[in-house]
Amino acid sequence: MTALPNTMRGGPDDRGFFGLYGGRFVAETLMPLILELEAAYEAAKADPAYRAELDSLNTHYAGRPSPLYFAERLTEELGGARVYFKRDELNHTGSHKINNCLGQILLARRMGKTRIIAETGAGQHGVATATVAARFGLPCVVYMGATDVERQKPNVFRMRLLGAEIVPVTAGAGTLKDAMNEALRDWVTNVEDTYYLIGTAAGPHPYPEMVRDFQSVIGAEAREQMLDTEGRLPDAIVACIGGGSNAIGLFHPFLDDKDVAIYGIEAGGHGLDVENGHAASMTGGRPGVLHGNRTYLLQDDDGQILEGHSISAGLDYPGVGPEHSWLRDTGRVTYVPATDREALDAFQMLTRLEGIIPALEPAHALAHVIKLAPQMDKDQIILMNLCGRGDKDVFTVASALGMDI
Amino acid sequence: MSSRIDRRFAATRAEGRPALVTFLMSGDPDTETSLAIVKALPAAGADLIELGMPFSDPMADGPSIQLSGQRALRAGQTLKKTLAMVRAFREEDDETPIILMGYYNPIYSWGNESFLDDAREAGVDGLIIVDLPPEADDELCIPAMSRGINFIRLAAPTTDDRRLPAVLANTSGFVYYVSILGVTGSAAPDTTKVAEAVTRIKRHTILPVAVGFGVRTAEQAAAIGRTADGVVVGSALVNAVRDSLDADGRATEQTVPAVSALVAELAAGVRAARAEAAE
Repeated sequence: MTALPNTMRGGPDDRGFFGLYGGRFVAETLMPLILELEAAYEAAKADPAYRAELDSLNTHYAGRPSPLYFAERLTEELGGARVYFKRDELNHTGSHKINNCLGQILLARRMGKTRIIAETGAGQHGVATATVAARFGLPCVVYMGATDVERQKPNVFRMRLLGAEIVPVTAGAGTLKDAMNEALRDWVTNVEDTYYLIGTAAGPHPYPEMVRDFQSVIGAEAREQMLDTEGRLPDAIVACIGGGSNAIGLFHPFLDDKDVAIYGIEAGGHGLDVENGHAASMTGGRPGVLHGNRTYLLQDDDGQILEGHSISAGLDYPGVGPEHSWLRDTGRVTYVPATDREALDAFQMLTRLEGIIPALEPAHALAHVIKLAPQMDKDQIILMNLCGRGDKDVFTVASALGMDI
Repeated sequence: MSSRIDRRFAATRAEGRPALVTFLMSGDPDTETSLAIVKALPAAGADLIELGMPFSDPMADGPSIQLSGQRALRAGQTLKKTLAMVRAFREEDDETPIILMGYYNPIYSWGNESFLDDAREAGVDGLIIVDLPPEADDELCIPAMSRGINFIRLAAPTTDDRRLPAVLANTSGFVYYVSILGVTGSAAPDTTKVAEAVTRIKRHTILPVAVGFGVRTAEQAAAIGRTADGVVVGSALVNAVRDSLDADGRATEQTVPAVSALVAELAAGVRAARAEAAE
């Protein structure tokens, strides 16, 4: 490991790399578009009018800032550190995904694009994309793995209500990575008018940086709210990781706060010892190149990408955003898995103790909080990103618990 | 340094015709049949051979080549077996260029330097790696060139005159022009537009320009071959493999002849390209 830089928040470099990770590994047809997107994003960032419009939409449309909530009964039950939630599940559309979609749709409009495409796993990003496309009157096509279409019916219906066209993808295992392949194929075919609205902090540069910037509102607000409420920073912050957009959004504003321990929770599925039974790309994979960036990937000996498994459709991506890979190697963030079972237990615990039904994705983060809090002192603080609500998961949970609804 | 690719394009140019570049997926429908198909290509009229390295996530490919790759992977094809196929082909043919085409991750997973050494030793002449644009030349392109392996770059309709020099800078062997906006095998290219693009690229390079993505028939090959130095056919050939398989997806005695017959038709097409134009 090389010496850490003075700031952990300076990446990526001008070629889109966070250390070894990131970059722009795309077909030549897309390369000019990626460069155009980068230039457009740089220009938008420097434009106060763009910023003002985004801030206004965040406030009046998405409902930001989201509350910081002290989970009193959960804290009591765990008997250790004080547990706070950043309530991004209260945003419009029910997850953190809207933060990024609003930023990108304004960018698409600035670029004169007239058609929006997106990939989605759990459907949270698809719903958020369909929502902003409706709000701005742009046609929207969402690629979704056929398996996910089946297990996320409520979100599929919401997207259709919002006017989006859903294209079920049957290639591969019919999950998020296959949806992303198909979205990239659409983009390469419709380069002139189409904007690809990527939902996670992965893909070719500048997507990982751009998505992180839009999601960093989570960490920036939470940091300020924590200082207001407790007069100090938390001792530990925790978020779940699929591609890692909610996590990088929470983590990034805290990266230079050296006394804040940071935990990213991957999908441990049936357990890391079960072949193809988890989606923990950092604890169970190795670096490779997929979907335009170099990052930790689940892959076999021949470099073929594995499917990955998680009870949560939002976490079963076999890769992870490149900045997370870099944060892993530098040791700044500790990445650990939580299993399907642990996430289900956490889901039920939160529902009963706090009257909050979490999505299965942040239930993974909560599973780690449940392990961590009791090991900490009562005057210590844990902050967790509650990045999505669980309405979409009730069928999955019912089936996992053997209940009929 | 003259490579097999350089020599082959010089020869077809001397014959006053474009080269036929055939793409097939290594290991489709199985390694043994795939090798038999490839061995039969030169006699059927293929001038250069592109051999696909199957990948689980072929983002630039349409359904035909996606399915071909899936058949190969299901039958157990690996990059190691692909290099073994090249080695076996080279025992009988030391002249026909072989270009491996695919995606970066299986190579990266192997280890770039050691893969290039092994590929060179096996008799590989060139590489086309779809997801390595010139911005990533330090990854594989430069190390390949230093070993005498041609790194063939894709140029697309979106590659404008400003960008073209960067795309061509470290290209060797030939330039592969992607004739359509889209994935492999999706739409028929507009031959007038393709001719304009080929002419435009030739203003920037002395390298041969081959055209692919969407060329299916002998007629299309002939039309494109009027201006292009090479015509690449892929999806139509892997479809010929698919159509020859039995109900369980296994090779039949028709598999090799079906591919050879289509290659022969296409070879006649490229040979007619300039002859028709001269009439």
